[in-house]
Amino acid sequence: MDNLLSLSASPHIHSGRSTSAIMRDVLIALLPTTVAGTIIFGLRSLLVVAVCVISCVLLEALYNLITKKDQTIGDLSAAVTGLLLALNLPANVPIWQCVVGCVFAIILVKCLFGGIGRNLVNPAITARVFMLVSFSSLAKAAFPANVDAVSSATPLMQIEQGTVPSLLDLFLGKNGGAIGEVSAAALLVGFIYLLCRRVITWHIPVSFIGSVFLLSFALEGSATTALALILSGGLFIGAIFMATDYVTSPPTPLGKIVFGLGAGLLTFLIRHFGAYPEGVSFAILFMNILTPYIEKLGAFKVFGGRKA
Amino acid sequence: MAFLHGVHTPHRKNTADKGAEPITGIKSVILPMQMHIGAPAVPAVKVGDLVKVGTLIAEAANGLSSPIYSSVSGKVTKISDILTSSGSTCPAVIIESDGEMTPDENITVPTVTSRQELIEAIKKSGIVGLGGAGFPTYAKWNVDPERIEELVINGAECEPYITSDSYTMTDRADDMEYALLALKEHFGLKRIIIGIESNKKKAIESMKAMSQKIEGCEVKVLPQVYPQGGEKVLVYHTTKKVIETGKLPIDVGCIVCNCTTIAAIGSYLKTGMPLVEKCVTVDGGAVAEPKNVIVPIGAPLSDLFDFCGGFKAEPKKILYGGPMMGVAVPSADVPVLKSTNAVIALTAKEAKLPKTTACIRCGACTNACPFGLYPAEILLAYKKKDAEALKRLSVDTCMLCGCCSFICPANRPLVQTNSLSKQLLREEKAKEATKNG
Repeated sequence: MDNLLSLSASPHIHSGRSTSAIMRDVLIALLPTTVAGTIIFGLRSLLVVAVCVISCVLLEALYNLITKKDQTIGDLSAAVTGLLLALNLPANVPIWQCVVGCVFAIILVKCLFGGIGRNLVNPAITARVFMLVSFSSLAKAAFPANVDAVSSATPLMQIEQGTVPSLLDLFLGKNGGAIGEVSAAALLVGFIYLLCRRVITWHIPVSFIGSVFLLSFALEGSATTALALILSGGLFIGAIFMATDYVTSPPTPLGKIVFGLGAGLLTFLIRHFGAYPEGVSFAILFMNILTPYIEKLGAFKVFGGRKA
Repeated sequence: MAFLHGVHTPHRKNTADKGAEPITGIKSVILPMQMHIGAPAVPAVKVGDLVKVGTLIAEAANGLSSPIYSSVSGKVTKISDILTSSGSTCPAVIIESDGEMTPDENITVPTVTSRQELIEAIKKSGIVGLGGAGFPTYAKWNVDPERIEELVINGAECEPYITSDSYTMTDRADDMEYALLALKEHFGLKRIIIGIESNKKKAIESMKAMSQKIEGCEVKVLPQVYPQGGEKVLVYHTTKKVIETGKLPIDVGCIVCNCTTIAAIGSYLKTGMPLVEKCVTVDGGAVAEPKNVIVPIGAPLSDLFDFCGGFKAEPKKILYGGPMMGVAVPSADVPVLKSTNAVIALTAKEAKLPKTTACIRCGACTNACPFGLYPAEILLAYKKKDAEALKRLSVDTCMLCGCCSFICPANRPLVQTNSLSKQLLREEKAKEATKNG
């Protein structure tokens, strides 16, 4: 009797969505900016990407082996963490520092807290912040080979010094910075892909970038400068790919908007009044920690629920 | 107007607009005494009795219950316990057919001159909620007519595969009209709203034509979102009224009836033949020729599959009802019940569900839930058996539609845990009641 009918509770069909398919979509969405970064900063970018992705996947596999847990690298989330971390580093970062960053992201931030879905903060962003405060190499941005590194300042530094770079250059990514953060155009292509595939919604990126724009405009009084400010630094990659991490951001539209506005405000404050020129990573990390509270604030009202 | 959330399930309405064929060659029927919500019916026949189509074989028990009539002509061969799909046992009357399908000559058209007579007639007809719930219909109508503001007719049919309600709306509009006119006359119905999902063009056309003949009757075309046919969802989308948790549609002035239930009432009022047959959608990847089949209640599912060309692939799962909320049955020998609107046979490939993995807190479950619940959080609270947290998360509001489990990329047992959580809260409540009582 091998033809016994199977019995289980409903539902008996599934949408077919899976964690690995979602992560695969994120990897695909990051391809344009990876390619752009490689064109802009040269082949060393690819080396950084390869080292980070391979390190993250191997580290998670090793952790699972040693702790005798089910193997989880098939869900591709470790690969996403590796790629995101690489894209947030300058192309000239020393390789050993990449590996240290990956250990921090995968082992400390992700695995020790229970693996996928259990981390309190985004692994890639936390590792980036850790590296930023630990290694001086990160503060020195890489510059495109063919660009005369205008007084070797990143666009954010230039704006602070009073020169607004060409908006077109900023949009295309012809400026200094981390591998994957410079080309707003490539990041937008990835954003549209994620929206079409319904992997993320517009709420966090739009409220995040929008609030930075409005606050900058209010302070600077110039739309051009405000546009230059949102196109500079890690805002696009942060708002589209890091702040939208499911695990560390709220699930409902209202929660997402609160999260995005908070991250935007913090980014603006750090950029203009803080010691660091860039504040996106710190802002997202801070909002990650607040997420459980924003989640409660933004929860749906239960239909027909009794009034409390 | 805001619409409640839900999911986009595949349609797979392979049998749409194909009409329905009456089945032939039924050798015997199994009539369980429990085909409705309430007390089981009480057998009124003995082994060896001769019965005809429409002969009473079981009387309604006291309280909420419903009578049962023979669906074939022949001889009662056995009265014994059978295993139901819920795993419990239930007495059943088994009748061997003589193949003649002779109607009972004592059947007469009911005389209905008052509201009470109409309610009595509906009770006597053996009609229960035919959309799947099986709630005795007369009990729904046994209310002060002053309270009824709208009759909402459920023609949403949002589950994949099923088209038997569409068949009712396209081919049995006459029966529906007859019932609605009688209900309107005796209950003074002011407003009748028929809710239909927008993909059922022919049903919408047919119902619009019918509604023109009944004053105060309108068709509301609804977007195709599962679970459009959920009672509270349908009432909200047709009337904008919110039914609070623990309340019934009548508490907001609504009576909700499935369209096939309405047609059954019309057919009984016209002919006096009680509920003995059902239109059932037979479909699923394992079925050779999916069809809508008109079958005597009690016919074994295996006869329905045989009538549809048998299996083209080995079935791995057989369902009463659709794949979202349907019940898996242990074998094809179980009978068609009063409330059965579809039987689906899935192949091993179709029945295979993805592996459960870790929650990634994507929020898909809460964004899909029509009622805004957060199933991932409910699951965590249930694991801790935290009744207080479960109450706070309003799990008692859950209608078990299954959107959360369907959409979950980690395929976590969300709606299943909601069901267990509701059970846990009921037990807690009972414990408290005994403590205080």
